[in-house]
Amino acid sequence: MSITTRTPARPARLRDGPRAPGGRAKRRPRREREGAAWVFLSPWVLGAAVLTLLPMAVSLYLSFTDYDMFEPPSFVGLRNYTQMFTEDPRYWRSVTTTLLYVVIAVPLQLALALAVALALKSVRRGKGFYRSAFYAPSLLGASMSIALVWRALFNDGGTVDDLLSRAGLDIGGWVNQPGWALLAVALLTVWQFGAPMVIFLAGLQQIPTELYEAASVDGAGRWRQFVSVTLPMLSPVLFFNLVLQTIQAFQVFTPAFAVSGGRGGPADSTLFYTLYLYDRGFTASHMGYASAMAWVLLLAVAAVTAVLFRTSRSWVFYAAEEDR
Amino acid sequence: MSSTRTVPATPAPAPGPASAAPGRRPPVQWGRVALHAGCAAALLVMLYPLAWLVATSFKPADEVVASLRLLPGRLEWSNYTTAMEGLEGVSVWQLLGNSLLVSGGAVLGNVLSCSLAAYAFARLRFRMRGPLFAFMIATIMLPHHAVLIPQYIVFNQLGMVNTYWPMVLPKFLATDAFFVFLIVQFMRGLPRELEEAARIDGCGPFRSFLRVVLPLTRPALITTAIFTFIWTWNDFFTQLIYLFEPQKFTLTLALRSFVDASSQSAFGPMFAMSVFALLPIVLFFLAFQRFLVEGMANSGIKG
Repeated sequence: MSITTRTPARPARLRDGPRAPGGRAKRRPRREREGAAWVFLSPWVLGAAVLTLLPMAVSLYLSFTDYDMFEPPSFVGLRNYTQMFTEDPRYWRSVTTTLLYVVIAVPLQLALALAVALALKSVRRGKGFYRSAFYAPSLLGASMSIALVWRALFNDGGTVDDLLSRAGLDIGGWVNQPGWALLAVALLTVWQFGAPMVIFLAGLQQIPTELYEAASVDGAGRWRQFVSVTLPMLSPVLFFNLVLQTIQAFQVFTPAFAVSGGRGGPADSTLFYTLYLYDRGFTASHMGYASAMAWVLLLAVAAVTAVLFRTSRSWVFYAAEEDR
Repeated sequence: MSSTRTVPATPAPAPGPASAAPGRRPPVQWGRVALHAGCAAALLVMLYPLAWLVATSFKPADEVVASLRLLPGRLEWSNYTTAMEGLEGVSVWQLLGNSLLVSGGAVLGNVLSCSLAAYAFARLRFRMRGPLFAFMIATIMLPHHAVLIPQYIVFNQLGMVNTYWPMVLPKFLATDAFFVFLIVQFMRGLPRELEEAARIDGCGPFRSFLRVVLPLTRPALITTAIFTFIWTWNDFFTQLIYLFEPQKFTLTLALRSFVDASSQSAFGPMFAMSVFALLPIVLFFLAFQRFLVEGMANSGIKG
């Protein structure tokens, strides 16, 4: 919507100008135009086929094999999957670690993003500055630099750890303690609340002010307005953020790698799914096993997305679809 | 700043004490002051890690953990001279050049291929458009790791491991569907009349794309370029699996060698190098923050 407002339609000159004499406005034959479309699409089609669909098929096949990149793959049926589910405690450790992280980080991040967006909505002076400044960590947070800073801040004697121990909570270095290490990684994700915040803010600005006026005429207080106007009107944006952040959270890698020294420690407490996949595939050269893990991840993300979409029918409110 | 332009009407000031009689000083709005104070305080907490990074990169080894003081007692420039030496004989300038090469190539690829595909999806008619568009959207949600291993095997077979092709080539094939979607959304907002006029003047789809649509799409292309640059720059995982020769390392990957180092003496140089690796992103952000924030804001709103 705001896209259209930024590029005002200015076709007047062209429309009012003399029309080309009838003969020149020849319509190209449909087939020729369709051919043009495929020319434009060709890089994407090639990429989708060779770099997306084919690899997915190949990794599905590899997931039923034993493959170490040197010997040709040997078919082992479902063994990778049965081993994963029944004989590999580290695999389950990586699953629970990742789920725990998603469940902690995503709601905290979105709640903070929404709270800050609501606060910024009523700021008049300096809104652009705040918006950009809060957004900055979302771009920087994925970097190895920040991951290393995080490790140092939460390490034994690091600023966060030191402040907490002075306040009487002696943790002894978050990154050394199982449980706390995971929380440190989750806080790094929460720190990057700027991206969903910016999207919330844009969504808030799309809510017609008449709705608030009508609500306050009807005697609705601030909280009531939030529950009855803001939340329903914002629910599509909330849903978008929820889906996007959840999918991203399942794939977190760099901070886990940095915080745990690349090994998922302490005591496998930061052994994220992707970290274990990297370990199996590229450190231990079990490409078949890693392929099976990748497919389970794909199915899990698809399932979670499907569930989110299914539940969305009951809480996401699309007002005036035709307006959009 | 610019966001206010897109808002049709800012809410009228409350008809309470705020709209005081003319000539009298308006009373201090304590709510507003508290709001700004809260925002500023939150901002300080948010930006502390960045300040800490810069400050620590100047600290001598004995000061890094010894005190909570943010500012170094004395500036230790040797952290930077050590960091400049780089890694295993590869200077930091070469690492920087490698990073720029990878990110620059990725930007070129994404801008070209994504705008081409986006134009087809936004404006042209072809069979299977609906299903293909749905498929393209679905690939946005596809976990990168699902295709990682076979892609690695393919690039390995092609002898492209330890080159930059695995990071750059996919971008020329529009595999970053997020940007295709972003540009499609933008193009759909452009007035169709311009292209119709161009067609009447005898422009085919190619000329119409190059001369009419592409120039108007510039904001979306800039957003694509900057995001691609920053995301590729930061993409540790891909660089980790494809590059193994120090000569080929990027700045991001060079930091990996510090991951295992736990000795305090490595702290200064590590964070000096971190500052170096972060600097281009910060500069890009400062220069183009409007495009980034607006681009991100628009991605969530259905056009």
